[in-house]
Amino acid sequence: MTAPTLQVENLRTHFFSKDGVVKAVDDVSFEVRAGEVLGLVGESGSGKSVTGFSIIGLVDPPGRIVEGSIHFKGDDLVGLSDEQMRKVRGSKIAMIFQDPMMTLNPVLRVDTQMVETIQAHEAVDRSVALGRARDALAQVGIPSPEERLKAYPHQLSGGMRQRVAIAIAFLNKPDLIIADEPTTALDVTIQGQILYEAQRLCRETGTALIWITHDLAVVAGLADRIAVMYAGRIVEMGETDAVIDRPMHPYTVGLLGSVPSHTKRGQRLAQIPGMTPSLLDLPPGCAFRARCPRADSLCLDAPESTEPRSGHHIRCVHPHGVLESAEA
Amino acid sequence: MTVYIIRRLMQSAVVVFLMSVIVFFGLHVVGDPVYMFASPDAPQEEIEKVIRQFGLDRPVYEQYWLFLKGALSGDLGRSYVFGEPALKLITQRMPATLELAFVALFLAVVLGIPLGLYAGLKPHSSVSRTIMAGSILGFSLPTFWVGIMLIMVFAVMLGWLPSTGRGDTVTILGIEVSFLTLDGLSHIFLPAFNLALLKISLVIRLTRAGTREAIHQDYIKFARAKGLSTSRIVGLHLLKNILIPVVTVLGLEFGSLIAFSVVTETIFAWPGMGKLLIEAIQTLDRPIIVAYLMMIVVVFIVINLVVDILYSVLDPRVRLRDQTV
Amino acid sequence: MTAISENHPIEATGGERVDTPFRRFAAEFFESKVATGALILLVVIVLAALFAPLLSPQNPYDLAQVSILDSRLPPGEKSMDGYTFLLGTDGAGRDLYSAILHGLRISLSVGVMSGIIALLVGMAVGLAAAYWGGRVETVIMRIVDLQLSFPAVLVALILLTLLGKGIENIILALVVAQWAYYARTVRGSALVERRKEYVEAATCLGLSHNRIVFRHILPNCLAPLIVVVTVQTAHAIALEATLSFLGVGLPQTEPSLGLLISNGFEYMMSGRYWISFFPGIALLLTIVSINLVGDQLRDVLNPRLKR
Repeated sequence: MTAPTLQVENLRTHFFSKDGVVKAVDDVSFEVRAGEVLGLVGESGSGKSVTGFSIIGLVDPPGRIVEGSIHFKGDDLVGLSDEQMRKVRGSKIAMIFQDPMMTLNPVLRVDTQMVETIQAHEAVDRSVALGRARDALAQVGIPSPEERLKAYPHQLSGGMRQRVAIAIAFLNKPDLIIADEPTTALDVTIQGQILYEAQRLCRETGTALIWITHDLAVVAGLADRIAVMYAGRIVEMGETDAVIDRPMHPYTVGLLGSVPSHTKRGQRLAQIPGMTPSLLDLPPGCAFRARCPRADSLCLDAPESTEPRSGHHIRCVHPHGVLESAEA
Repeated sequence: MTVYIIRRLMQSAVVVFLMSVIVFFGLHVVGDPVYMFASPDAPQEEIEKVIRQFGLDRPVYEQYWLFLKGALSGDLGRSYVFGEPALKLITQRMPATLELAFVALFLAVVLGIPLGLYAGLKPHSSVSRTIMAGSILGFSLPTFWVGIMLIMVFAVMLGWLPSTGRGDTVTILGIEVSFLTLDGLSHIFLPAFNLALLKISLVIRLTRAGTREAIHQDYIKFARAKGLSTSRIVGLHLLKNILIPVVTVLGLEFGSLIAFSVVTETIFAWPGMGKLLIEAIQTLDRPIIVAYLMMIVVVFIVINLVVDILYSVLDPRVRLRDQTV
Repeated sequence: MTAISENHPIEATGGERVDTPFRRFAAEFFESKVATGALILLVVIVLAALFAPLLSPQNPYDLAQVSILDSRLPPGEKSMDGYTFLLGTDGAGRDLYSAILHGLRISLSVGVMSGIIALLVGMAVGLAAAYWGGRVETVIMRIVDLQLSFPAVLVALILLTLLGKGIENIILALVVAQWAYYARTVRGSALVERRKEYVEAATCLGLSHNRIVFRHILPNCLAPLIVVVTVQTAHAIALEATLSFLGVGLPQTEPSLGLLISNGFEYMMSGRYWISFFPGIALLLTIVSINLVGDQLRDVLNPRLKR
């Protein structure tokens, strides 16, 4: 087995606000291999986006990484200087954002925004860079890329803009791409195309992909493995099939139950009671216990990460599907 | 675009006409300029001669009709004081005023944008707090008092810079300018800075507010995620977005620079058209006052139009259309 | 099922002490030390202007008390009859400290008077535009826009040229130069309010126009209006000083701060700085304190910044 492209260990990213410390990412560990797609799933405020920004080194004050390591192809990214980190960004690790309406600079043409991405990392002529930009646009399925290069973002549709953003991410052939809910703001039909395009490119180039989303259904068909985050922690992580078909954490079970599907047509949709807790002054113990049907006094201590089945990690003392008969 | 400009120009013509009516008839209500030029105890014939000479014996509407006819052929009347065409006097003084205003605008941009950027990028540093405190002061200080204080410190106490006049000038394209000679530069600095102070504060505030808003935008974060250098992000991605409101406001403020040059020119004895206006007000030299105001209205209209066109150049999302209001 | 989700109230709001809106507003206002200081300074300035005759050692416009022999004395010098001139004397031998207190009185009253009248005019016009809409609104807003495209200083200058000097004339000129700002502000916020449902409800209840406008729409426009009033008052004071300096504002018999500065200008070249300097400082402190209070008011009253 090859060494993972990215290995995150015990990452803690906290925000030091006026009202107290927000533990947005609290002891998160996972790894991604070359060509692998990891789906990072969670509600808003679960810390999934902050995890992404921590990896690429774009956590802004008052937030900062307080603990842990992020090994990227053997080197720890935590503690790199700003200039060293800048060289990694956009060339070895790229990022795609949620809203394509907002990510491209409205007053700069597409070619400017693409060429600068290449020239920030390599000393190449503008004409060479332009050629690569054109190829990249063609690669993500943009018709007549030559014309699109001359366009301003507002002249393109939302789906087209997201394709441009993906093309920019792939421009410098990165080893890892972090996609932060890149399809949420798009129409459903466009969503599917974008998903397909991203997946195909990663397979072709061997790029590792972290796909951040709140939508389990999206990653179910895309990811090789899934990590479910809740209140700054990964509560369940494993192969996609294992997590979807045999979820162990009550939160994952709840999430899956609230996804509408045709097998449950006519039934009342299950929902998880309550709401995401405030990350400010989170009480000790399992963060999900206030909403968990299985919670008891054991949950007052924060559960350690365990691996009840091979490759399937959870943070729960009352998991589904394990020792269930003994409990009953 | 052409339709748009033509429409705007037609609207402007109406404004110019209304302005001329208000000012012309308004001026007839106040004072009698005759006694400025003929002593009250002068013989009746002499007074009547002056009245006829200025055309004041005709009824007001007829005077206005004559003025309007003259105005259309570029004649705004003769100055009572100088005996020369008012338009000629104004256009002679105009370059000095425009030079002062442009140098002030330049100072506002060159000082205001970097200071505002710094204050926006590092809002909590003590330097930024000082910049913002300075800008509040710049907003509050009355222009004329700052002018007096500048003269007191730099001309009277330190003796570094002259306090009156334009200094040596050079003629370029038939226009005299001060800023190309060292002496002229030393003369223009104080009045231009005085005039610019308010606009510097304004630009600082606008730039800071724009920066604070833009740095949280996704396109800036995306630019950082692409690995661009800070200088390119700030210098291109950020600045080009901030410049749109700054240029718009500054363009519109250019008119107020010309208006406030009345004050600055009076203090620094700068021979521009603002100083001419104040002198004309004191001597009730009606043709000069009317001509000045007509010129100002035209200048304002031109400025507004130029700003609109500049705006569409800077922001690709804006295209000038014949708007139906 | 639904009962479960209701078992988790978002946040307990009971048990807190009862806050009146005003107390909350005051607490937020005094959070800023700078603004608190500015407000105290402003109160001191207003009191000083109100009680100028009691606070000043000399009536600077009583010829019996002023001696030309005392003219242009620097700060700290003693007068012929042994009195110390704290801030020196001006060209006519007046005690500058007393002259400033009296000048402050004139400057403030001109600024406040013109502000109040402009506010009333602008409010009436702005409300009319917002309430009736249609052609009335178009015409009014055209005039407002036209006037706002000319700098206030120029508008006032032209008007004073036409009207001549005098305290009533300068107040009139300042009103004309300012009413449009108020009209625009009132119309803007009234338009927002008018579209809200409670106005519709009030109309349905058959309330009279007056009642809807004055009891329902107007109170909701107050917050932005208060901010504009402070900023515009500071503006009016500076404008009056500028116009008086240019010699078109107040006559020498009503020496505002601007006129005091103007009178001192001729002595500047000979190094007698204090005659212009101290009135200028008084003017500056007045305007800065009003602006700082206005800044804080804007922050506190701005609903968009509310948590």
